[in-house]
Amino acid sequence: MDAYLTALGGGLLIGLSAAMLLLLNGRIAGISGLVAGLARPGERWRADAAFLIGLVLGPPLFAVLAGHWPVMRIAAGWPVLALAGLLVGFGTRLGSGCTSGHGVCGLARLSPRSIVAVLVFLATGMLTVALMRVAS
Amino acid sequence: MSGAARPLAALAAGLLFGLGLSLSGMLDPARVRGFLDVAGAWDSSLVFVLGGAVSVSALGYRLSRRLRRPALAETFDLPTARRIDAPLVLGAALFGIGWGLSGFCPGPAVAALSTGAAPVLVFVAAMLLGMAAHDLARAPGRPTTAPH
Repeated sequence: MDAYLTALGGGLLIGLSAAMLLLLNGRIAGISGLVAGLARPGERWRADAAFLIGLVLGPPLFAVLAGHWPVMRIAAGWPVLALAGLLVGFGTRLGSGCTSGHGVCGLARLSPRSIVAVLVFLATGMLTVALMRVAS
Repeated sequence: MSGAARPLAALAAGLLFGLGLSLSGMLDPARVRGFLDVAGAWDSSLVFVLGGAVSVSALGYRLSRRLRRPALAETFDLPTARRIDAPLVLGAALFGIGWGLSGFCPGPAVAALSTGAAPVLVFVAAMLLGMAAHDLARAPGRPTTAPH
């Protein structure tokens, strides 16, 4: 299928998920926050863990429906992946969110904090890729 | 509200999120890095992921404003922080660097755990370490803010 159509279709499903979690459970679908919240027991714990289990089961469900696994090409070596993971983990906690919490949910609420966060992480992400292109 | 309704709703929403990520191409770090590669061979298709997701999410948010409470919970648990401060900007900047280096952000990385691929495990383990480093460094007992 056309890459633009699958991108749009996937985006609509992600948005539907966020809307559903908000309207049913009153919860923001921010993945970094939900993951970090697993370390803190509370009344939201079970539902948050259930969301993350569903998230992990998403690609296998896709594989069953589509007949193939989603494409996943990882160019980075382990040291780069480890450094990137540390930055993503620390940065999303310090900045209170990631692509889902600030992007999908925050932009939908027109939150000024989220708009700034999205602009900043898009800018440093693009800059990083550009610098790596120059360096290689 | 007790029972399994809320976890079941969350499980269904999580499945939908993981399905959407799988369909969208966000699980492919090479493609995500192509989207970030505006100075090179820019792949603009992933703009439609964010566009589609934000549109439907915004409709949901609009609808939530008309409701007194969510269907299965007492209150809407929305972020309350308003200030655009240094931690927000610095955190987003660091996250963006990690995103550019790897092509992974938290959602796709967690979803991709199901592939069992070793590089994904390395990334997620490091991500958890980074989160723990931040959360442990914060003064204990301090209430944590919701993601937004």
